[in-house]
Amino acid sequence: MDAPDLIARLREGDRRALARSITHVEADTAIGREILAGIYPHTGRAITIGVTGSAGVGKSTMVAALAREQRRRGRTVGIVAVDPSSPFSNGAILGDRIRMQSLTSDGGVFMRSMASRGNLGGLSEMATGVVDLMDAAGFDVIILETVGAGQDEVEVATATSTTVLVTTPAGGDEIQSMKAGLMEIAQVMVVNKSDIAGADTAVMQLKALLAIAGPRSWEPPILKVVARDDQGLDALVDAIDRHQTHVRESEHAEAERRALVQSQIVALARASIERHTLATAREQGVLAGLVEEVAARTRDPRDAAEALVEAVRLHWGREAASR
Amino acid sequence: MTTQERAIRVLIAKPGLDGHDRGAKVVARALRDAGMEVIYTGIRQTPQMIAEAALQEDVDVVGLSILSGAHLELFPRVVEELKSRGVEDVLLFAGGIIPQDDIPRVNEIGFKGVFGPGTNTNDIIEFVRNNAPQRV
Repeated sequence: MDAPDLIARLREGDRRALARSITHVEADTAIGREILAGIYPHTGRAITIGVTGSAGVGKSTMVAALAREQRRRGRTVGIVAVDPSSPFSNGAILGDRIRMQSLTSDGGVFMRSMASRGNLGGLSEMATGVVDLMDAAGFDVIILETVGAGQDEVEVATATSTTVLVTTPAGGDEIQSMKAGLMEIAQVMVVNKSDIAGADTAVMQLKALLAIAGPRSWEPPILKVVARDDQGLDALVDAIDRHQTHVRESEHAEAERRALVQSQIVALARASIERHTLATAREQGVLAGLVEEVAARTRDPRDAAEALVEAVRLHWGREAASR
Repeated sequence: MTTQERAIRVLIAKPGLDGHDRGAKVVARALRDAGMEVIYTGIRQTPQMIAEAALQEDVDVVGLSILSGAHLELFPRVVEELKSRGVEDVLLFAGGIIPQDDIPRVNEIGFKGVFGPGTNTNDIIEFVRNNAPQRV
């Protein structure tokens, strides 16, 4: 199937065409790019939700509970679940479907597992693309679950319009350690596993942290949830809906949307620059030589990085001149 | 432009009612360590659930593990469910307790490889690498 074919079929809600299109986007093929360009005008209709938080806080369980609540409200749901790749083999075990059992035979739900592909980058590129595909396929709500750490997370947040940060009562120290970054991208905060001791303390800590962050146009609500038992999900989905309305209707809405689109472009550009630069550096054998010099301590890594970029720039310059 | 070799995507599932998934997990892990992306669905999957997961995940390969003896009932139904969804270009293989006498029939149903107890995981990795269809 070629791109126009896939676009037409996925827009009619053909699940197989959607699945294959995602494969193309993940593999970054020419067809994948053509599909993304073709569907973009038809995106922007879905409620897009990112769910993030540290390992073990119950993100997958939260996503399943969120999806069930959205289904109760009659909305169709697309789910993208990202699990880490092994940095050694690049392989991955993607186990999120185990926690989504209750949804696997529901025709109103489509779930796709993705591997983070480790430090090879491009996670935000892929995630943004897959969310767009599901949007164009007509899903009312799209939930993106991510691995929960680092710079990638902040970039992935640009793929969705409401980011839900999941923490637990046991995570007091962990809340302290993530003041920056994740705290700033969250529009809704959830203390999951609220049936165990310390939930109120965790809520208070989050409140205190938000107070430090200062006033802004949207005040992130902090909610107590027990995702495993579907407790507090109604209030969570209400809060997400309120944020979506805020995004679409507040006086700052247009400015915020532009800011989001700008960070999306910047994130994609950064990924593209990184990919092209490193590809050229490898092709030209620049990297290997620098590695040797730094390993022998005859050059420091910063200087080597500058030299790499300079060598790539020169190579591109020569290429452009010869055209 | 593709910047890296695309990882082979494999669905590992356990159809039917037996809950013994050690073998499935060992295979899942071996394939992961061989650089593949393995979607593991857990135990007690119906043929519909397996086929729907294979479709949504657009996997290249489906591996089923079964120890209950219901392979001749369940495997054809998995193949049927895949076909009814238009998923016909996946490599199928099976593992678990499948009597020698049943293997020709299991092959005929569409399972190109059958791996019983004692199989070296390297043989499974090699089988998957050599037979997985080219996707995109």
